[in-house]
Amino acid sequence: MIEARNLTKRYGDKIAVDDLSFIVEPGKVTGFLGPNGAGKSTTMRLLLGLDHPQGGHATIDGLPYQDLPEPLRVVGALLEAKAVHTGRSAYNHVLCLAQTQGIGKKRVDEVIDLVGLRDVARKRAGGFSLGMGQRLGLAAALLGDPSVLILDEPVNGLDPEGIVWMRTMMKRLAAEGRTVFVSSHLMNEMAVTAEHLIVIGRGRLVADCSTEEFIERSTEQTVLVRSPDAERLAEIIALEGGKVTANGPGELRVAGMEAPRVGELAAGERVVLHELTPQRGSLEEAFMELTRESLEYGRPAMDGQEGASS
Amino acid sequence: MTTGTATPAAPAAAAMPTRRPRFDRVMVSEWTKIRSVRSTVWSLILLVVISFGFTALFVGLTVAQWDQTQPQDRAQIMADPTSMILGSGFFFSQLTVCVLGVMVIASEYSTGMIRASLLAVPRRLPMFAAKGVVFGLLVLVVGVVVSFGSFFIGAPILHDKAPVSLGDPGVFRAVVGGGLYLAMLGLFALAIGGIVRHTAAGITGVIGFVLVLSPLAQLLPGSFGDHVHAYLPSEAGHLIAQARQGPNDLLTPWQGYGVFTLWTALLLLVAAVLLKRRDA
Repeated sequence: MIEARNLTKRYGDKIAVDDLSFIVEPGKVTGFLGPNGAGKSTTMRLLLGLDHPQGGHATIDGLPYQDLPEPLRVVGALLEAKAVHTGRSAYNHVLCLAQTQGIGKKRVDEVIDLVGLRDVARKRAGGFSLGMGQRLGLAAALLGDPSVLILDEPVNGLDPEGIVWMRTMMKRLAAEGRTVFVSSHLMNEMAVTAEHLIVIGRGRLVADCSTEEFIERSTEQTVLVRSPDAERLAEIIALEGGKVTANGPGELRVAGMEAPRVGELAAGERVVLHELTPQRGSLEEAFMELTRESLEYGRPAMDGQEGASS
Repeated sequence: MTTGTATPAAPAAAAMPTRRPRFDRVMVSEWTKIRSVRSTVWSLILLVVISFGFTALFVGLTVAQWDQTQPQDRAQIMADPTSMILGSGFFFSQLTVCVLGVMVIASEYSTGMIRASLLAVPRRLPMFAAKGVVFGLLVLVVGVVVSFGSFFIGAPILHDKAPVSLGDPGVFRAVVGGGLYLAMLGLFALAIGGIVRHTAAGITGVIGFVLVLSPLAQLLPGSFGDHVHAYLPSEAGHLIAQARQGPNDLLTPWQGYGVFTLWTALLLLVAAVLLKRRDA
């Protein structure tokens, strides 16, 4: 379990993480979502004791990272920037990390096999592609068979096959009962990977809920209606409480009313319909909308979102 | 395709609260780090080649020029041939130790490796201490070998003009001292590399201390200049590679080495405090 309480980090005048609190539970993939520069990487560095917060604190399984006796056996981390000496082979990179915790060479070979780097294990890491670098980072993360995984943009630079591989790996690790905390700036990627979402914008918490709930809350459902008698239909729908916007000649977009109800109203007034289609806004758009609000108003946007979606 | 044997649901920290990070393990890790990059091997090969080459070259030139040499210079060489022999190689070859010392730590910052290192040793100081011990011992061993090698190359060449043997007073200590000097210089460079965290800037800084500051200090007037010069790190430090205290030396060999050790200890302390405090 990961716990962040009132984490605050400033770099000079710029506030990177602003009074951020959340809990990441074991047994599921938790997505850490926010646009670039929202403070995701900084938050992860604070969790891992690489950066020192100005306020608040973070614990992993109840202890600050610095107090873990053998941290690699508890936490595996993959950081966004490559944390590998370019002149060292993949094998020696993992080996020198393993030796700090008394982890044997057998396990080093095991994790290198696991991420599919056996053939290049003796090659210098400097020549690796971004995707191979991510795999090497994951090998280092899995080294101590940790119960907590903190992965910063792990699918960055992976090809489609690699993305599926990484996604499957994360889900499997979570299914084994581990805590998997993974950051991304891509909403759609998180929608298919994460069960739970922690969304931040400009260092502040925007949402902390299940992915399902997040999608439900943040994507507005509308109904697209085409009719030769659109003007009359618009009046009828408006009288019944729907919000109607003209969407070109003979075309309406209706919010706040389900498609069957629109059809019933049209039938009752004998208005001909040419089309009646329920539509959901794109998740990516909703996410951008959400985080943009947090940037504009500098406060959690879920409150501001309510008026628009109800 | 299994990720391991331990049950992930039982975190190691809770199960074994008393286990401390073991320093010997961190040392083994640092040894793997040092031996597994090419720059180490190349720097140490260069150290040997440059030391031996320049020893043969400069001692040979000195012998060839012996009759044209100023009498007081000749007297100086004859008073302490060991210092002359060791100095001729080390003057340049010590730069490889400076470069390596800076790179051992600064390259971790330039490549991002430092983050992986600190995730493994989050208390940070054991990692830095282990790096210092392992690197210091490595340079000490290679340095002593290079020092003896240089002596046995230079002494026969110089034999006709200024005979010297290992059994002469202070000579053995001076030859071992050559290795001691290089080891301390390596730690000095390591400290500066840890403070500036940038390879090029670190190397410039160390070379500034070793090569540039000393002639500058000599420009300072009178006894004040002499004292500043004598207490500069590498000026004081290299006295340990002399068989005896020269007539113009303010410090004895061991005093000089003590001064160098203090400089190094101070810079290592600064580097350690910064490592602990700064964001990685």
